[in-house]
Amino acid sequence: MDYILEGLINGIILLVSGDEETYSAIWTTLKVSTMSIIASLIIGIPIGFVLGYFDFPGKRILRTISDTLLAMPTVVVGLLVYAFISRRGPLGSLGLLFTLPGIAVGQTILALPIVVSLTAEAVEGLDRQLKLTLLTLGARGRQLAISSLWEGRYAVLLAAATAYGRVISEVGASMMLGGNIKWHTRTMTTAISLETAKGEFDMGIALGLVLMLLALAVNAALSAFKKRAAQ
Amino acid sequence: MGRFFKRASLVLAFIAVFAACAAAETPVLRMATTTSTDNTGLLDYLAPLFKQDTGIELQWVAVGTGNALALGRNCDVDILFVHDPESEEEYMKGGYGVDRKQVMYNDFVIIGPKDDPAGIKGKSIKEAMSIIASKKVPFTSRGDKSGTHMKELSLWKTAGVPVPEKEQWYIQTGQGMIQTINIAAEHNGYTLTDRGTFIKYEDNHKGNPPLVILVEGDEALLNQYSVIAVNPERCKEVHYDLATKFIEWITSPRGQQVIAEFKLLGKQLFFPNAK
Repeated sequence: MDYILEGLINGIILLVSGDEETYSAIWTTLKVSTMSIIASLIIGIPIGFVLGYFDFPGKRILRTISDTLLAMPTVVVGLLVYAFISRRGPLGSLGLLFTLPGIAVGQTILALPIVVSLTAEAVEGLDRQLKLTLLTLGARGRQLAISSLWEGRYAVLLAAATAYGRVISEVGASMMLGGNIKWHTRTMTTAISLETAKGEFDMGIALGLVLMLLALAVNAALSAFKKRAAQ
Repeated sequence: MGRFFKRASLVLAFIAVFAACAAAETPVLRMATTTSTDNTGLLDYLAPLFKQDTGIELQWVAVGTGNALALGRNCDVDILFVHDPESEEEYMKGGYGVDRKQVMYNDFVIIGPKDDPAGIKGKSIKEAMSIIASKKVPFTSRGDKSGTHMKELSLWKTAGVPVPEKEQWYIQTGQGMIQTINIAAEHNGYTLTDRGTFIKYEDNHKGNPPLVILVEGDEALLNQYSVIAVNPERCKEVHYDLATKFIEWITSPRGQQVIAEFKLLGKQLFFPNAK
């Protein structure tokens, strides 16, 4: 039992003393998850908006596909992306395997369905009166669309926060695509996995604490958004 | 809306910075290696010295030897640091690698519970393997085509025991060496490991681990490590020049001395024998 307590104490010491290796993993996680969340928002919000705002044939099928992809296992994404970005793969010349952008590609694919589905739902959920009101106010075309999206901004932020939660806690794809290279592609989750495999718990516990704090922060942000959206 | 675009451009600026970071170049040599060189801390110790001497940054992915060879075949790394001579030779024959050089060795050992329920202590490796099989005591195997796993398979063969693939007592972990030792310890069982990783394991347990060395010193247990550059004629993108520098460095008196000086608990983990 005492090794757990010892690990906890040493973990906190690592955090407080600013241990370089621990903070490298934290920083790497923040860097790569920022890249993937930005990419998934840039790609996902327009798609989600189109899916939620317009009526067109095949819309229902696309929504079903997006909802299904929400449950896609991270290792499957890892495997697929790996096959594409390995030097032998079709995108091999980009040299993405074992780099942060490589991990970001995988994480973006994981986050994308969340952003698309939740954005579409948010846009669908907007008050039907809103469109009429905007029309009577003289809004047309793109203006109308952007104003509608703006009305749904809290719901879109909620989508972003949910996607971020998935991305920072993900380990399978990061391990496969990043290779867990120390100082470079070692994220918090892959570091925890490695430390556990080595039977050394200190750094794992330190990073676990940080991950839990991040999850707490994301959730606090989520409930704040929900509150404001409800007002 | 102006604010939105301001934010969007900020975001784009961020991405540009990341891209620039990725492009800022110190020469980086990418290596695929076995879990033993990584888990023991050898590469952590060696990489800064290599950088100091050559200005080249060493980055490594630690996987089993089989996996490392696959990374080499796919041109995903520049150099390999592995320990399974048989599959290495096959790899060379396939034209996937060049400049293969011996670097260092240590030895494999059979470890097990202190009280040794199967009674293999001091026996020859052949006898030990057949006793383990006949008494059906828990034995953990890497099961991942790593150098250690390949060695284990050959040891069953020399002992005249069919590989206990589906036996209840034969536990295939599919994980790294230290993890496999930990799983053996949980089952109060036996396993094959390289001495370097065992010393690291001993060190983790402050010199008093639940599993101890029971069989050692047989010629069949030699564990030879080699470096292989990925063939630049097959893989245009690999950094063959950097790989060459690493091979020269690690086999030079300086590199060999660095390996010999790497110690845990006052014990030497790897023995240089560059050829």
